[in-house]
Amino acid sequence: MHYLDIIFRSLFIENLPLSFFLGMCTFLAISKKVKSAVGLGLAVVVLTALTVPLNNFLLNTVLKEGALGWLGQPEIDLTFLGLMIYIATIAAVVQILEMVLDKFVPALYNTLGIFLPLLTVNCAILGASLFMVERDYTFLESTAYGIGAGGGFMMAVILLAAIREKSEYADSPKGLRGLGMTFISAGLMAMAFMGFAGISF
Amino acid sequence: MAESSKELIVRSIFKRNPIALLVLGICSALAVTGQMSTALVMSICVTLVTAFSSLTISIVRYQIPNTVRIGLQIMVIATLVILVDQILQAFFYELSKQLSIFVGLIITNCIIMGRAEGFAMSNPPIPSFIDGIGNGLGYSLILMSVAFIRELFGAGTIFGYTIFTTVSNGGWYVPNGMLVLPASGFFLIAMLIWLIRTYDPEQQESQ
Repeated sequence: MHYLDIIFRSLFIENLPLSFFLGMCTFLAISKKVKSAVGLGLAVVVLTALTVPLNNFLLNTVLKEGALGWLGQPEIDLTFLGLMIYIATIAAVVQILEMVLDKFVPALYNTLGIFLPLLTVNCAILGASLFMVERDYTFLESTAYGIGAGGGFMMAVILLAAIREKSEYADSPKGLRGLGMTFISAGLMAMAFMGFAGISF
Repeated sequence: MAESSKELIVRSIFKRNPIALLVLGICSALAVTGQMSTALVMSICVTLVTAFSSLTISIVRYQIPNTVRIGLQIMVIATLVILVDQILQAFFYELSKQLSIFVGLIITNCIIMGRAEGFAMSNPPIPSFIDGIGNGLGYSLILMSVAFIRELFGAGTIFGYTIFTTVSNGGWYVPNGMLVLPASGFFLIAMLIWLIRTYDPEQQESQ
C-alpha cells in the first residue's frame, strides 16, 4: 500500500511538469502531435524508472556519509559530488539504453531514439533523482517513485499534445499563437491537477 | 559575428530572449517565482553559471573532441553549479533550503547548455562571456517581472516588505490567491510572451 501511495502521489498530486514545472522545455517543445508525445513519454518513463533507483543505489553505497564503510573508509562524505554523479549516471544510462535499443529492438529505437539524447538534460529526469535524495527514499521506494514520476510526465505530455492538436484550429490573437496558447493550456491543466491535492490512501 | 558587446547583451535580453522566444529554461522560471527574493537569487546564480560556463567552454573549444562535447559541457556546468550550491549552503542557508532542488536543476537548465553549444563552441572567450551574461539577464528579466507580479498581487509584499497591507492584517488589500498558486506562472509568462510578440511582430508564430 505504501508503494502504491508513492506511485499515486507522484502521478497525480506531485506531477513533475504540472506542479513542479520540471521538464518544461521538452514538455512544451514536443507536444505538437500526440504520436511524438507518446514516444517522448515512454522514453521518460523508462529513464526515470532506471535512473532513480540507480542513483539511490549510488547514494547509499558511495556518496553518503559513512557509505564507504565497505571500503574501510567510513569517515568520507562525498555528498557534495552528488549532482555530478547523478547527471553522469543519467548520461550513461541514456547512452547505454540507446545502444541496446538500436541493437536489439530497432522498432522501439525508431520511436524513442530521437528523444533519448535530449533527455540527458531534461530537468524532470534529474529532478526525480534529486527529489529521491531530498525525501530519503529506500531502494524500493525510489523504484516506485521513478515509475510514478515518469508516468506522470507521460500522462501530462500526452494530454497537452491532445489539447494542442485541437486548439490548432482556434482563432487566437496573433501574439499568443503557438507558445502563448500552449502556456495557457498548460496553466489550466495545472489548475485542474490541483484538484488531486490532499487525496491519499 | 562582428557585433559589439552592447549589441550582444541587448539582443539576448529583448530580441532573442531565451525564455520568451527560444523557450529555454522555463522550469525554474515558473517554480521559483513565488517570491522576489528566491527569484533574485536564482537569477544571480543562473547568470553567473551561464557566463562562466560559456567562458570556460569557449577557452577549451579547440581541445574538445566533437563526439564527447555534450558530456564535457555538462561536467563544466555541473562543477560550476556545485560551487554555487556549496556557497549558497554556506552563506545563505535559509534561501538554499527554500530553493531546494532548483539550484541543482540549473545543470539541466537548457539556456546554459544552449549557449554553450550554440555560441561558446564557435566564438572567442570574451564575446561568449558577454553573451552568457546577456542571456542570464534576459532570463532574470522575465523571472523578476513574473516574481514581482506574483509577490505584489499575491501577497501584497515586495522582497518581504509590505506594500499593500492585506485584509488579514487589518489593511485594505484583498490578496489574489490565484497568484500564489504555481499555475499562475504559466498565465503570466503567456501574457509576457503576448506582450513581447505584439511589440515585435517578427517573433510571432505563423500556423
